[in-house]
Amino acid sequence: MTLFDLLQSIFTDYTIRTVALGTLTLGVVSGALGTFAVLRKQALMGDAMSHAALPGVVLAFMLTGQKSPAVLTLGAALAGLAGVLLIVVITRYTRVKQDSSLGIILSVFFGFGLMLLTFLQRNPDARQAGLNSFLFGQAATLLTRDVVVMALFGGAALLLMLLFWKEFKLLSFDRDYGASLGFPMQYLELLITSLLVVAIAIGLQAVGVVLMSAMVVAPAAAARQWTNRLGIMVVLAALFGAMAGVGGTLLSSMGAGLSTGPVIVLAVSVITTASLLFAPSRGLVWRWVQQQRNRRRLRTDQVLGNLYTLAGQHDDLDHPHTEEALRIMGEGARGVSASLAALAERGLVRRVDATRWALTPAGVTVAREKFDTGDAASTGDGAAGGNAGTHTEAVQP
Amino acid sequence: MTVTQLEIQLVALVVAVACALPGVFLVLRRMAMMSDAISHTVLLGIVIGFFLTRSLDSPLLVLGAAAMGVLTVSLVELLNRTGLVKEDAAIGLVFPALFSIAVILISRFARGVHLDVDAVLLGELAFAPFDRITFLGVDMPKSLAVMGGILVINIVFIVLFYKELKLSTFDAGLAAAFGFSPALIHYGLMTLVSITAVGAFDAVGSILVVALMVTPAATAYLLTDDLRRMLLLSALIGGLSAVGGYWLARTLDANIAGSIATVTGLVFLAVLLFAPSRGLVAIASRRRRQRWEFAQAMLLIHLLHHESKPEATLENRTDHLLEHIRWSPSFAEQVIRYGERHGTLRRRAGTLLLTDSGRTLARSSMIE
Repeated sequence: MTLFDLLQSIFTDYTIRTVALGTLTLGVVSGALGTFAVLRKQALMGDAMSHAALPGVVLAFMLTGQKSPAVLTLGAALAGLAGVLLIVVITRYTRVKQDSSLGIILSVFFGFGLMLLTFLQRNPDARQAGLNSFLFGQAATLLTRDVVVMALFGGAALLLMLLFWKEFKLLSFDRDYGASLGFPMQYLELLITSLLVVAIAIGLQAVGVVLMSAMVVAPAAAARQWTNRLGIMVVLAALFGAMAGVGGTLLSSMGAGLSTGPVIVLAVSVITTASLLFAPSRGLVWRWVQQQRNRRRLRTDQVLGNLYTLAGQHDDLDHPHTEEALRIMGEGARGVSASLAALAERGLVRRVDATRWALTPAGVTVAREKFDTGDAASTGDGAAGGNAGTHTEAVQP
Repeated sequence: MTVTQLEIQLVALVVAVACALPGVFLVLRRMAMMSDAISHTVLLGIVIGFFLTRSLDSPLLVLGAAAMGVLTVSLVELLNRTGLVKEDAAIGLVFPALFSIAVILISRFARGVHLDVDAVLLGELAFAPFDRITFLGVDMPKSLAVMGGILVINIVFIVLFYKELKLSTFDAGLAAAFGFSPALIHYGLMTLVSITAVGAFDAVGSILVVALMVTPAATAYLLTDDLRRMLLLSALIGGLSAVGGYWLARTLDANIAGSIATVTGLVFLAVLLFAPSRGLVAIASRRRRQRWEFAQAMLLIHLLHHESKPEATLENRTDHLLEHIRWSPSFAEQVIRYGERHGTLRRRAGTLLLTDSGRTLARSSMIE
């Protein structure tokens, strides 16, 4: 199947179109809302919520006897919310820290759900209840009505996010300031958490409990690398989520035995890895290049300074010196030739003969500017400082 | 009770204790979620080990899985060190990715092999007695032998490095200054967690590994300040939950791992509510008592202040309190009753009088 056929199948193949629409919705909603979770350092909350949702799904089925997606999603959301509230209570009122309370709620709720599920499965009606798909996700079984439910719940969550945009921004960046302005920060926290729960509940059927947490964390973490602005970050995260959702769906439709959930998670992981490596100004590759450039500049400056110092011991400032002398003077002997070549290109030094170099008049001027205005050691400051600051800046509201 | 039932409980008990011990250090070091990450990623180690050895029984599998656990921790730390993502996000990025790779590899290349994702996540303890080996001349379930070995390793590690573990957990800086390498202890502990996770998730599934590592340890943390006692309590709670969970599962005819997790949660809930001094009930009743004690002390000081002065009859009248201390009539009445009950004041003709013990209490309240 060629790439073109694959893309075309979105429009021609009914099943793939339905599934792709579902994973697209999921990616957009969890990407956008995950942004706030990641910024509020609650990335793993999504993991806990998705596990905690399981008993809700089972109980919703047990109580109503229905397996309609709306009922199950609602049950998932309620249980997820209950789990989060318990985490908050445990963390706030006891000495148990957040990581432990996350672990407890995640595993105990999930275990409880599992117990209920296996208890339920003794009843033959429940076997085909489709509850299993909530465990690992079966995107391939998404029906139009599932997608409609996902879109309705997800759309409502996104709408609320936009309505309370300003408040959520305040909550994410300066909670105390918001409280001092009189905003009910606790209720806003509850609201944004509930929205995240909704995002997770609609994703469970597609990618499953275990992998849902990645859909909350990864798009937001990727988006964070590209921008310092919240609005752009939310849009980018939604975009990355959507790309992973649709891309993962298409890829998994190609190969036999590829379940959609893990492929989507791999797709979003690839996007995140690429962002971590290549995003301008924050990315690791970018930072490495910047570092090399700074190092080269420092080395070149050092060679110029050394040549200037050596020349200062003679009457004429254009007194030539050997490359060997410069190499001995420089702490790092490496790169002296390259530095001299770079300086020569800028017209600051000239080659006198095979081994010796001298400052040009322009070189003397530059060196005097750089090194006579105080301590010669201060030359590197600008470069080193610029490097250290690149990854510590905060997101701008 | 049949032999099979006994064996299942024994396996559950050993798994629970083996998990509960390293769990204490995870909880204390605030790395509880690392158990979640590791218990998922060891699957990738097992899959890779399986591809290399083409066998599910090779000890290489355990090694591969343990190595993958340590790799997970290293990756998370590497990601943290870049400063590009926060710690919890790093965990959330690493383990789903590795787990997805494992799931894809299994579904693509290992179909039909007994490497079932359901079993890995959920575990089925009920089948543990059917996979048997003969160890030291005794015929026993394989998982019992494996987990027994892992339990011994855990105990030996913790006993041997107790001092180092304790120091590096509570004061990593001091540990480093004394020349213990916190990194070495850290990775030692993580290896331990990985090995335990591998052994345990074969028997009980990865989610129960988290439940058994974190919940008993956190429960013990609510009950004691002493590390030794915390280790013992954690093991005890884990063991009891395992046996209790087994019987719950039997009663309901449900999944054993899920039931054990549920019981650990119930025990935690009970301790959370009723633990002496740290439980929510104890905290609430302490707050209420403090409220009354504070109100009483305030009233007594007020009375002492005006006692045996000319204005006493005016100031120390019951109805005057309302405007002076700004208490509502009903609250003032309750405080007065509280004082009367505790013998610190008396009422006579609308005026409040201090008793001797009330006077002493008022004086000591003012000085403190």
